[in-house]
Amino acid sequence: MLLFILRRLLLLIPTFLGITLLAFLFIRMLPGDPVLLLAGERGLSPERHAALLAQFGFDQPMWRQYVDYIAGLFRGDFGISFSTKRPVLEEFMARFPATLELAFCAILLASVLGIAAGVLAAVRRGSWIDQLTMGIALVGYSMPIFWWALLLIIAFSSTLGWTPVSGRMGLAYYFPDVTGFMLIDSWLSGRPGAFKSAVMHLILPTIVLATIPLAVIARQTRSAMLEVLGEVYMMTARSKGLSPLRVVGLHALRNAMIPVVTTIGLQVSVLMGGAILTESIFSWPGIGKWMIDSISRRDYQVVQGGLLLIALVVMLVNLTVDLLYGLVNPRVRRQ
Amino acid sequence: MKRMKALLAATAILIAGSAAAQAKTLVFCSEGSPEGFDPAPWTAGTTLDASARPVYNRLIEFVAGSTDVAPGLAESWETAEDGLSITFKLRPGVKFQTTPWFTPTREFNADDVVFSFKRQLDKEGPWFEYTPGISYYYFDSTGMASGIKDIVRVDDLTVRFDLTRPDVTLLSSFPMGFASILSKEYADQLEAAGTKERLNTQPVGTGPFTFVNYQQDAVIRYEAFADYWEGKQPLDQLIFAVTTDPGVRQQKLLAGECDVVPYPNPADVQNLKDNPNLKVMQQEGFNIGFLAYNTQQAPFDRPEVRRALNMAIDKQAIIEAVFQGTGVAAVNPLPPTSWGYNEALTDDPYDPAAAKAALEAAGVSGLKMKIWAMPVQRPYNPNARRMAELLQADFAAVGVEVEIVSMEWGEYLSQSSRVDRDGAVLLGWTGDNADPDNFLGVLLGCEGVGSNNRAQWCHQPYEDLIQKAKITTDPAERKRLYDEAQAIFKQEAPWATIAHSIVTLPMRSNVTGFVQDPLGLHSFQGVDKAE
Amino acid sequence: MTESAASPPPVSPLLENWRYFARSRGAVLGLTIFLAMVLMALLAPLIAPHEPNLQYRDALLTPPAWTEKGRATFLLGTDAVGRDILSRILHGARYSLGIGLVVVSIALTSGVVIGLAAGYVGGKLDALIMRLMDILLAFPSLLLALVLVAILGPGLFNAMLAIAVVLQPHFARLTRAAVLAEKNREYVVAARVAGAGHLRLMFRTILPNCLGPLIVQATLSFSHAILDAAALGFLGMGAQPPTPEWGAMLAEAREFITSAWWVVTMPGLAILITVISINLIGDGLRDTLDPKLKRS
Repeated sequence: MLLFILRRLLLLIPTFLGITLLAFLFIRMLPGDPVLLLAGERGLSPERHAALLAQFGFDQPMWRQYVDYIAGLFRGDFGISFSTKRPVLEEFMARFPATLELAFCAILLASVLGIAAGVLAAVRRGSWIDQLTMGIALVGYSMPIFWWALLLIIAFSSTLGWTPVSGRMGLAYYFPDVTGFMLIDSWLSGRPGAFKSAVMHLILPTIVLATIPLAVIARQTRSAMLEVLGEVYMMTARSKGLSPLRVVGLHALRNAMIPVVTTIGLQVSVLMGGAILTESIFSWPGIGKWMIDSISRRDYQVVQGGLLLIALVVMLVNLTVDLLYGLVNPRVRRQ
Repeated sequence: MKRMKALLAATAILIAGSAAAQAKTLVFCSEGSPEGFDPAPWTAGTTLDASARPVYNRLIEFVAGSTDVAPGLAESWETAEDGLSITFKLRPGVKFQTTPWFTPTREFNADDVVFSFKRQLDKEGPWFEYTPGISYYYFDSTGMASGIKDIVRVDDLTVRFDLTRPDVTLLSSFPMGFASILSKEYADQLEAAGTKERLNTQPVGTGPFTFVNYQQDAVIRYEAFADYWEGKQPLDQLIFAVTTDPGVRQQKLLAGECDVVPYPNPADVQNLKDNPNLKVMQQEGFNIGFLAYNTQQAPFDRPEVRRALNMAIDKQAIIEAVFQGTGVAAVNPLPPTSWGYNEALTDDPYDPAAAKAALEAAGVSGLKMKIWAMPVQRPYNPNARRMAELLQADFAAVGVEVEIVSMEWGEYLSQSSRVDRDGAVLLGWTGDNADPDNFLGVLLGCEGVGSNNRAQWCHQPYEDLIQKAKITTDPAERKRLYDEAQAIFKQEAPWATIAHSIVTLPMRSNVTGFVQDPLGLHSFQGVDKAE
Repeated sequence: MTESAASPPPVSPLLENWRYFARSRGAVLGLTIFLAMVLMALLAPLIAPHEPNLQYRDALLTPPAWTEKGRATFLLGTDAVGRDILSRILHGARYSLGIGLVVVSIALTSGVVIGLAAGYVGGKLDALIMRLMDILLAFPSLLLALVLVAILGPGLFNAMLAIAVVLQPHFARLTRAAVLAEKNREYVVAARVAGAGHLRLMFRTILPNCLGPLIVQATLSFSHAILDAAALGFLGMGAQPPTPEWGAMLAEAREFITSAWWVVTMPGLAILITVISINLIGDGLRDTLDPKLKRS
């Protein structure tokens, strides 16, 4: 097992180097000039322009810039943001908890509801419950979520007034950041109502972000369950006279979980993509919104560092899923 | 000014009298995150709203709601006979804010003024690049960098600016955000501690509100500065909630989560006006949106062709479809609220038939041209692509085929400056200060060809007038010169002047004392909230 | 003669698949909607009541015909510059379906070639290609597409190219896996012994036997392409005005979300219905072509 983990970790190194190279090249290919963007309609003298580019090392030859960049990475230096002049890593860490909190809630909601719906549909295969659940899952799976978010805001925030429109926390509450996670910080603050406010702010973005993973997980659970339920040992279990609940709950679900867990792991990348849309609609101060703002500002260093850090997160999650998979399924280890 | 002071003092007493009353908080849902809190290196209005206006003061201030100026941290100022120096008498007894990261030991004096300007002027100084990649855009573009020779501390409360040449437009830049006064004592403390970059993240100023903290991309908090030299503000807390999407901003306003909201969708303005819980302030913006022909490119090098095309433009349709009524058709390159505006001029008529005839008379037929449309929303043009589509249809009606060109914004700005650019370009300008030269000189002067002069238009009679106006001190004479320059502009038509936008600012109806700023800034000095 | 009832005459695999496919009501429904969409797209210039880019300056933001202020000539209302929304949606179908088709063609072709090469040649080339695919897959797809469009410049064709690049690794991986599974089967060995060339082996012998999963993946990619293109259009990076692409229409309509609901609702519905129909077909195809599921 240790060998398996070690090999997987070693495999990450070339991939990661490839990612740095790709991100680096992408950024150098971007048209547009952040220095000119900052100047706006007012423009900038050519001398000042050249001096500013030189400050960021853009006057160096390409290979030199790449070597400097990699050397910086080893020191934990991801460069400095053009627009705010602050270290990219610092800016990333300031926003990452917001995304993590939202993504965690979304994946939780999607997993719990998705697995429940999938099991229900599988057990009642062919019934109207099955058809309804799978119909809804199909719609969810096909949803343009940016449109869905707008509809939800109109319905629940502006018409019914049940949920706040955007942001992470009611502005009446002010407490220091401890963990960066609003749910925890608001609870720690002990301010009455703060925790509730954090929850209310999370509801709509969570629903929007969870929509597609929820549908995928429900469908995957259903088909995994159907496969397991059809297998021989299940017949045996049933013929041994075990109660249907035990059959489904204990035997079938446990075995059906393996592909489902993989699916959930794969959704992390989907969530990161969805976060770009969700965060920009709900003004959620996370990395998705940060990335899209930075792309339009041509903030090279941020896009480069952000791409790298996000890819790193996705890779680590995939690795964890792989390892878990190897743990439950010894056959994989030997491959 | 005096009356406001008295009013402020009165409210301060009132608040002190009812100490048990709840803290008054106003929430401003700003349209973007500030880049930093040092007002000098940034140009975005969003950033200046969050730094220059609440936290700092300037030597000279704009009178609330106008482009007139009033004494700020300087009580008076005087330009020397030869025009080569300006001397400021500073206000005594002004205190800097006390924050967890800085406790001032002295009051504001000449050292602070010298520091605040010299750090932008002195390229070798320790503060010129106190954080990497920083640049003082406004200090350069307003001509201070080239116009100021030195800043001299005469005594504790007197500062003299020595100039390289006489320039009456320089004074009008002192109320701008980049000219805010920072604390030298604080800067020294940061330098000693080796944390110079905090000048940009933990601001200290003399302004009405003290910075408390900033949660990245989400919330900025301020509290009223109790020892503010004009008296404590009626509000106890000021909050900026960053909300980038205009639709969401409006929802939050309706839900009462925001008190004041900038830049609503033009389409929603009527609904907002109809809502009894809200009030909507509107004011003509200090800006111009235009279509600049390339006057060095045939056939646009001929004024009669440019005038003919101008007649083909249905500005009223643009005002309706692009501005949703929140704009007015532009006659001159200056906004009507400017003191230099020439009232006597009238706009080109919208007359496609005459335009077609004029084009034929000029011997132009089967003309194909490009119109550049920027990819971003700007105050003077909420939707350039839609505007370009309308122009395309208008020009098609007079037999001119239009191809719409768009590119990334930074690229757009630099490519459109080029003298050999192909086509007419949609762009605009928001005034930095009240001086007409900020429009007529910067955008249309010969010096700007290849940069800010997008029409690449250098016309000697016009150039002579604006150069003369720049060194004329008599306001009436300056006005006459600018009137004449605008008449020449209209005759030569290097641009089609499209529109001045109307800036709309919706707020909850219990917000009082807010004065809309013609330059598009948002200041919360003197604002209060009724229960 | 009587025996024929017990053992029916052998049917072609295509027909058998079709029969299986047609048994699923969902799949047939999806196919019907999809064909209707295709028909709409093809006939758009004939059936659309107005020119899609013609601006009726006297009818800005007219609500749909069935509402109080609606006008019969504009069935689904008009947008901010007075263009008929129904006509734009009909013409938009051409773009959205075209996007799906082009993206899938590019992604499928390049993915299959790359996957075949990796799987068939193996060794260093395989390792290199698969690392490259891993790298591409490590980025969230929408983020990668955004960066690519930023590089290429906003526009419909560039958006399609970017989405194709993002979707392509899935095809490459699938093909490679299928090739690895088939490579050492007897029929391939037999063909090789009979003297078939490498190209022939790759494309004529092996590829046809990996088609099932590829077809399913192509259908899924089709709907992904439409959604991603709409998302890019929504973020202002996709189709440029006045192109009546649905995502771009939504982006333009975003400012009217509270004042003119129809401008927002209609393009969104069009996207949703199209994507649902394609996914229904995809589900049907998977059930048909995936023998493992067929059993259950």
